[in-house]
Amino acid sequence: MLKDITLGQFFPGHSFIHKLDPRTKLICVVLYIVALFNAVGLLTYGLMFLVLTLCVSISKVGVKALVRGMKPVIVILVFTGLLNLFYTTGGTVLVSLGILTITTEGVKHAFFMIIRILMLISGTFLLTYTTSPIALTDGLELLLNPLKKVKVPVHDLAMMMSIALRFIPTLIEETDKIMSAQKARGADFENGSLLEKAKAMVPLLVPLFVSAFRRADELATAMECRCYHGGEGRTRLKKLSFHTGDIIALIFFVALTVAVIVLGRFFAL
Amino acid sequence: MEPILETKGLSCVYSKGTPFEHKALIDVDFKVYPGEYIGIIGHTGSGKSTLIQHLNGLLKPTGGKVLLHGQDIWVNAKETRKARFKVGLVFQYPEYQLFEETVYKDISFGPKNMKLPPDEIDRRVHQSAYFAGLTDDQLQKSPFELSGGQKRRVAIAGVIAMEPEVLILDEPTAGLDPIGRESIMQNIRNYHDAKNATIIIVSHSMEDMARVADRIVVVNDGRLPLEGSPSEVFRHGEALRSMGLSTPQLTQVFELLKARGLDVDDNIYTMEEAKAALLALSERRNG
Repeated sequence: MLKDITLGQFFPGHSFIHKLDPRTKLICVVLYIVALFNAVGLLTYGLMFLVLTLCVSISKVGVKALVRGMKPVIVILVFTGLLNLFYTTGGTVLVSLGILTITTEGVKHAFFMIIRILMLISGTFLLTYTTSPIALTDGLELLLNPLKKVKVPVHDLAMMMSIALRFIPTLIEETDKIMSAQKARGADFENGSLLEKAKAMVPLLVPLFVSAFRRADELATAMECRCYHGGEGRTRLKKLSFHTGDIIALIFFVALTVAVIVLGRFFAL
Repeated sequence: MEPILETKGLSCVYSKGTPFEHKALIDVDFKVYPGEYIGIIGHTGSGKSTLIQHLNGLLKPTGGKVLLHGQDIWVNAKETRKARFKVGLVFQYPEYQLFEETVYKDISFGPKNMKLPPDEIDRRVHQSAYFAGLTDDQLQKSPFELSGGQKRRVAIAGVIAMEPEVLILDEPTAGLDPIGRESIMQNIRNYHDAKNATIIIVSHSMEDMARVADRIVVVNDGRLPLEGSPSEVFRHGEALRSMGLSTPQLTQVFELLKARGLDVDDNIYTMEEAKAALLALSERRNG
């Protein structure tokens, strides 16, 4: 059950997108998001959708994996959809139920809002699906390097992030184990009132916290044993470098962003 | 005799329908009789843990049935829950599941879930603490103050306190020092003798299994290729080695002695048998 969580999962592969430099992918995703938030109307959304489809098919990740990742956000989608549906004014009124009115504008807004969120998630999932967490944090660290000038501990932040990502599956496994062990002693996690359910979490959370602290302690010792002392003077096993593919991808996404902004201004359909 | 616990054609498939599909158990028929002391051996990933988690209804079979006293434990939620209390399962490294403020409260977690009256809970906590080798003054301590071995005893007591008819332990002595191992094995033996409880132990120690188990079951690649008394199972040294297992070290010594042409029996599994065999050999030589 818990193993089905795909959040931030990495699917190894050899596609063009897999091989891109993580910095390129990060910048492209930022550009993609900027473009997405400037999209208005069918034409620009259509263009964005085309680009997304192209990227998904190049990455060979598969639509199924993307759809599976959507499950946790369904609630948010429904919520934003409903809010936009009822609280947008303007256009002709379609249905009117007491204080709730649905207008043509509302339907349009809700529709595009849901599409926007879906495409936003798909794009960022594509990033984590095609980039290993280590490459991702490496890329992030290098991109944020200029901030070191103003004393932001970029390396430490990146290290914390990679450790956190690394331990998600471990903690999920641990949760599964402790849950089974407490179930074997008759703990009931599924039934009962909300208060009872919350109380039932104590036998799960206490051991989980204890073991997380123990792991953190052991990891710190293990890192010190290997002379880790922060980012100062640290060299890399894998040096990141830009290739022709990266330049093509960057130019493509800059062009996309400009195109969407310009098209959005003049052809707001 | 009627088996107390039985699996019929039990199968378990993990991640069915994905590229990661893995058959952990294939058509397993396994019977446990009341009062038996069973040892389960198998290399890492053979399906031992999957099998024992089916026996108390923690995992739902993909195929086949699990019967407790002839009753399918999956007919309804009530039966499943009942099975969890009647078949106690102590996981590997159980000390990591302790959570209460005091040892006493932690041990009473199981009985409380059974909705027993307070005086019965109190009796059970004291009795299981005794069987697990804990002293009364340890009951009021925090479980996090105790040593690793003592924590493990608390966790074992927590399961014994439910007074299960079948007690399953997954490698209860893993990571303990020799004295700790010996004493926990003795505690389990005492519980078995005092309550006439059925015990199932998963272990990697062939020596322990040869010494304590009435019956040994070998799990390999999701099937049970061998089972029988220790002498029946350890006779198949070659087959065991091909499954990544071995015979007890003593047996190996006698197998080698025999291979060198000494007139000894190679069906030796315990220290007593070895002593008798060597004394007999020296007598034959001197006499």
